[in-house]
Amino acid sequence: MKRRDFLKHTLPAIALPAILDGWSLNAWAKSPLLQGISAAEDNGRVLVLVQLNGGNDGLNTVIPIDLYDAYYAARTNIAIPQEKILRLNGFDQTGLNPAMTHIQHMFNEGKVSIVQAVSYPNPNFSHFRATDIWLTGSDSDKTLDSGWAGRFLNNEFPGFPAGYPNNNMTDPLAIQVGGIISPAFQGPVTSMGMAITNPSSFYALLNNVNTSSSASSRAGDQLAYIREMSMVTDKYATVIKNAAQKIKTQSSLYPAQGKNPLADQLKIVSRLIAGGLKTKVYMVNMGGFDTHARQTDAKDTTIGAHARLLERLSEAINVFMVDLQELGVADRVLGMTFSEFGRRIKSNASGGTDHGAAAPVLLFGNSVQPGIIGTNPPITAAATAKDNIAMQHDFRSLYTTVLENWFMINQAASESIMLKDFASLAIVKGVNAPST
Amino acid sequence: MDRRSFFHRVKKEKGIEWNYAADLDTVSSGLDAYKGKLSNDQLMHLLKRVTFGASPNDIDHFKGKKLKKIIHELLYTEEKEPAPPVNNYNDPDSKKEEENYFFDEEIPAGQTWINSTTFNGKNSGRRRNSLKNWWIGLMLNQQSTLREKMVVFWHNHFATQATIVDNARYLYQHNVMLRRHALGNFKAMVKDVTIDPAMLKYLNGAVSTKKAPDENYGRELQELFTIGKGPESRYTENDVKAAARVLTGYRFENKTYTTVFDANRHDESDKQFSAFYNNTVIQGKKGAPGAEETDDLLNMIFAQQEVSRFICRKLYRFFVYHSIDAITEKNVIEPLAAIFRKNDYEIKPVLEALLSSKHFFDPANFNAVIKSPLDFTIGLCREYKISFPDAGNFIDQYGLWEQVRNQATAMQQNIGDPPNVAGWQPYYQEPQYDKLWISSDSLPRRNQYSDRMINNGFAKNETKVVIDTIAFTKTLPTPADPDKLISDAIRRLYNMDLAVTEKTFIKSSILLSGLTGMQSDHYWTDIWNAYLAKPDDKKNTDQVTKRLKSLYKYLMNRPEYQLC
Repeated sequence: MKRRDFLKHTLPAIALPAILDGWSLNAWAKSPLLQGISAAEDNGRVLVLVQLNGGNDGLNTVIPIDLYDAYYAARTNIAIPQEKILRLNGFDQTGLNPAMTHIQHMFNEGKVSIVQAVSYPNPNFSHFRATDIWLTGSDSDKTLDSGWAGRFLNNEFPGFPAGYPNNNMTDPLAIQVGGIISPAFQGPVTSMGMAITNPSSFYALLNNVNTSSSASSRAGDQLAYIREMSMVTDKYATVIKNAAQKIKTQSSLYPAQGKNPLADQLKIVSRLIAGGLKTKVYMVNMGGFDTHARQTDAKDTTIGAHARLLERLSEAINVFMVDLQELGVADRVLGMTFSEFGRRIKSNASGGTDHGAAAPVLLFGNSVQPGIIGTNPPITAAATAKDNIAMQHDFRSLYTTVLENWFMINQAASESIMLKDFASLAIVKGVNAPST
Repeated sequence: MDRRSFFHRVKKEKGIEWNYAADLDTVSSGLDAYKGKLSNDQLMHLLKRVTFGASPNDIDHFKGKKLKKIIHELLYTEEKEPAPPVNNYNDPDSKKEEENYFFDEEIPAGQTWINSTTFNGKNSGRRRNSLKNWWIGLMLNQQSTLREKMVVFWHNHFATQATIVDNARYLYQHNVMLRRHALGNFKAMVKDVTIDPAMLKYLNGAVSTKKAPDENYGRELQELFTIGKGPESRYTENDVKAAARVLTGYRFENKTYTTVFDANRHDESDKQFSAFYNNTVIQGKKGAPGAEETDDLLNMIFAQQEVSRFICRKLYRFFVYHSIDAITEKNVIEPLAAIFRKNDYEIKPVLEALLSSKHFFDPANFNAVIKSPLDFTIGLCREYKISFPDAGNFIDQYGLWEQVRNQATAMQQNIGDPPNVAGWQPYYQEPQYDKLWISSDSLPRRNQYSDRMINNGFAKNETKVVIDTIAFTKTLPTPADPDKLISDAIRRLYNMDLAVTEKTFIKSSILLSGLTGMQSDHYWTDIWNAYLAKPDDKKNTDQVTKRLKSLYKYLMNRPEYQLC
């Protein structure tokens, strides 16, 4: 029996408006009657995944203050001076890279949760393979053809794409901004997502840029015609356009387009959420984290390549949350950063770090249970190039948490999506995760 | 009159406002021969126009050769008549108990039905499909010549519909006739078309008698097949009637599958034509010589220069660009038409002049044509060297040809069954022409076809046709270098470049899983080289294949892949 049929046929008609009306569903969330129903369709909740491509150096992102000496010894050439580490209210043993002032403020306002040392057993050190593992949710030694979010969406919207869009789901199920469609959105048969490959194509769609005016060549004229037709053809182009056009102004804090590509992507996400798209999952990304060499300035380790990345990340997430708040939809949005792996504890002689294992994950939004989950990763006194940060949390526990405590799907469904039973964590406010 | 003024209008076509009067490049070069060796781009341009897709084999074969030699080979290579279509259409034994079970008692499986004398409601549809599939097979397996492209050109020009002609044996004969004349003499072809049984049936020539002359063929002979409707075309309604009377008396003989001239049904009176034909009178003839009037009629028609102009314009639109402005009319069409006339309507000299011209190789004409569905579906198979089963496995072979055919049909080009006697609209409809191939329905179908060829392909029984992305990649010169791999793939699939920012985007988001910066390039190089060193390392090969699939899928989904 299809889940939607269950909703239609089992509940008394009188209950429907209450259920379909966004937040009121929360009151029902733990009712056994509703456990089997896809809340994701109805509660308006959105997940925004921020992929940090290249393998983010977690140890210079979330810094262990209590283990500072071992930290400093392991990576003297790139270590952040202790006094420059940004402090977090209530957590004096852990701090942030000085480039992350925005995230610091958000944390102190209770809008950020940090999960320490996220990885999986037998971590893989290849970008490609490790990325696949994170996007598909597979075990280290297995390959999966579908993505974890794709399986989730397939569970919510069975049969997609046949019969979609329809009255129940008028909008894209998932949207990738800035890139081709993420493998995370790959369903069992087809991709469950669509892509807005770059911000300028989005604004061209919005502003109805008549591409023909710029085409003066024979081939250019033909191309422009086909482009125009592909916009007409895209069954979701109109809903995206309509949603975007409902939002006339966005936060003035956004940097000028092109200055911070992640902020450009998130600006579009915010606009689409506020414009009323029922899309469940968004993916944005940011490259450059593969910092094998010169990850900091040689003289001042608080600046340089990695700091610039963290600064942009921090700026983008902050302005995104401010914007969502101003647009009145912040409560519906949960954000999560991830990277295919962290980097080695010990830095290398080039002033960089090589591929490593576990790293922290940031979750953000009004609904996160603020704080830090897990402990600072242990660092041996004399770390060698072989030493890696040990896993404290399986990344699939985080996905499970999102599925069960954010999208409110039942444990059986979540287990079928994650292919195993992973314990959820206390990330979402007001949900008591089982103790682990 | 400036032809452009025809186009100064904006048409709303399926939700798109398009200014068809857009002031585009003027190409002033004419028929002067382009001299020297061809660059890769020029060779690709030529092959994409005169064959279905530019196959890697043809690119290798012609690379570095002089244009003159290439054109000569494309036009003058002798080709054998292809082996005829076979019975691929018996139902499998598993359907034996079913009500509609079909088994051809006369023609054994794998044998040709072209000499069959029993055609009936049960077998004709199956044989028509066999013929159409066979025809797709000929395109897929085309030699390095213009022949198969020209067969499609003439099929569109002398359009007949298989569903109306019905009898597959006549259709086969008609097809053989088109192929025999495809690069031959146009006038001789018109004669054969005129008395061809399939055409006699399709345009009612077989029922046109002196008592009731049918104007259908007499009209289309002039309007669609020879004189056309150009500005200088001024034949009259009376000319249509007179031509119809000339052509009375033909019918075809179902026992012998031949055309016969029945003098008793022929109008023996004199036929008076208009001033356009210099007031020619075709003398009525009695008895068997009545059929000679057909030659008189064709001689009269072919004395009109408009015939050569009309055909040259149509060839130009098929091979070069849809719009013909005053400059092109003067610099290309007129001299080309003169060549046609001077060579007594031999087709090869015209194609030789056009395809060797500076005009044809003007960069403004590169990628200026939207692929027809046949170009798209068959070109894709040839570009990726997708291998189909051989005649030993004719069931799967025909079955897979049929699936390609069905794809082209879904994209609005059903080979053998054009929409009407005028052929497919995109070849003639002003001002949109080939833009008409692209609709909100057909464009997604094109994308789905290329996606499917990348992902799972098409299957018949145990046989599958699918793009081998690794094999294709190996035909590119430097696949280990991600920048060169992307550039070369783009040049191979589009014959045009993309902006650097686009290529960087493709490299980062597809080949490098989001990694950026030059220093990340080696991650692709590493897995490619690891594949070469250890092709049976499944995990690594999966990584390579996944990225290549994503790359080619993306490139074929872009609008650039719709052009040739």
